[in-house]
Amino acid sequence: MALSKKTKEAFLGPLNINNPVLVQILGICSALAVTVQLKPALVMGISVTIIVALSNVVVSLIRNSIPARIRIIIQLVVVAALVTIVSEVLKAFAYDVAMQLSVYLGLIITNCILMGRLEAFAMSNNVFDSLLDGLGNGFGYAWILVVVAFVRELFGAGTLLGYQIIPQSWYVANGGFYENCGMMLMPAMALILVGCIIWAHRAINDKEAK
Amino acid sequence: MAKKYICKVCGYVHTGDKAPAVCPQCQQTNCFEPEKSKGLDTNSNVYTIIYATIVVVIVAVLLAVISQVLSPRQEANKRLDVQKQILTALNVDYSQADPAALYDEYVKEEEWDGKPVFYATIDNTNYTVLPLKGQGLWGGIWGYIALEDDLNTVYGINFGHESETPGLGAEIVTEKFRSQFFGKHIKDGEGNLRSIAVLKEGKRADEGQEQVDAVSGATITSTGVNDMLLNSLDEYKDFLEQIPAAGVEELLNDNEEED
Repeated sequence: MALSKKTKEAFLGPLNINNPVLVQILGICSALAVTVQLKPALVMGISVTIIVALSNVVVSLIRNSIPARIRIIIQLVVVAALVTIVSEVLKAFAYDVAMQLSVYLGLIITNCILMGRLEAFAMSNNVFDSLLDGLGNGFGYAWILVVVAFVRELFGAGTLLGYQIIPQSWYVANGGFYENCGMMLMPAMALILVGCIIWAHRAINDKEAK
Repeated sequence: MAKKYICKVCGYVHTGDKAPAVCPQCQQTNCFEPEKSKGLDTNSNVYTIIYATIVVVIVAVLLAVISQVLSPRQEANKRLDVQKQILTALNVDYSQADPAALYDEYVKEEEWDGKPVFYATIDNTNYTVLPLKGQGLWGGIWGYIALEDDLNTVYGINFGHESETPGLGAEIVTEKFRSQFFGKHIKDGEGNLRSIAVLKEGKRADEGQEQVDAVSGATITSTGVNDMLLNSLDEYKDFLEQIPAAGVEELLNDNEEED
């Protein structure tokens, strides 16, 4: 099955050229909160991807019947209902995961990427394209989170996913020369890192555009 | 499917997949627009109100049903989680066994003055576990403290939190932080309840109070743990400061009879 250019664009665009974090500067708030360690960043990335894709599909299904004046409220209801259902199901069948996610579930409802995609894409496109658009934007958001969290955890705590990466013998406390960078654990560092990624992204893509 | 296009100027109706560039009737260019469906007017007030009502009712029913169906499982999970936390406070490794069965084997749930006290017997040694509750930086924090039979020496402790920052405040759940408490005493030499201070490295606790190091970079969470210990233990002050000759078990039994 050959996909149309627009369909491909719906999925591939948000991964790079039209990345929600790097280009549209959406979802920055949660990018700061969950990137101190790699694991919560991964979990948040996956959760947002699932919720964006599902809510995009639901809104796309009912897009022609939504009254224009209350469309934002309807979109919000769809997102909030989905997030609540997912959290209830997790609490019943995967309690440990639900406990780890408890903070992020609230953050997902208010994530600007969700509302942005619903309003800008799902309201005016068919279900399949909306699903791909949701997945694309979710992954686009997730990979930025993972890159930032990778750098912050590695240099801030010397670990990755909780495993010690930088050898203990390197540390000053053990007679070595190395010390963790405490600055990496501060929220400001997430912004600086996102800034650096945006810089690199613009430099590469501007060249291509010329 | 063929669509209908209407010329804005003369009203000519064209049937086909695409609007023609030039209207065959009035020779205008770019004058066609798609015919509006004769269905519901989705912008009318009545439609909007009915739509909103239906959506709200559907979502409300859906959420209520899901919550009702899943709540027994959720309650069971919650209970199991508390049991695991108490086992962790008692330094019991439950990874190889069924935590619920271990809990039933070791722990008895008692009450003192209307407040829960968990009384555990492991390998013929008795421990008393008390619940802790407090506030961290972003939300609630809680824990369970296991005391040896003198109601003074800390045998084990476990912390949990709602939403502390990963890498900072959330570090209170780690073995590294918890193990600092093991063997510490919550009373001074005279048997008065003093709790255990959680202080930044370099600071000294008051005379007669023992201390542990705070998590660096997580001052508010650490202060929260400090206050939680102080306040929660204080609720059990009368319980902790009297030690009957026959042990803690008798104290709990006496209390039951009075009720």
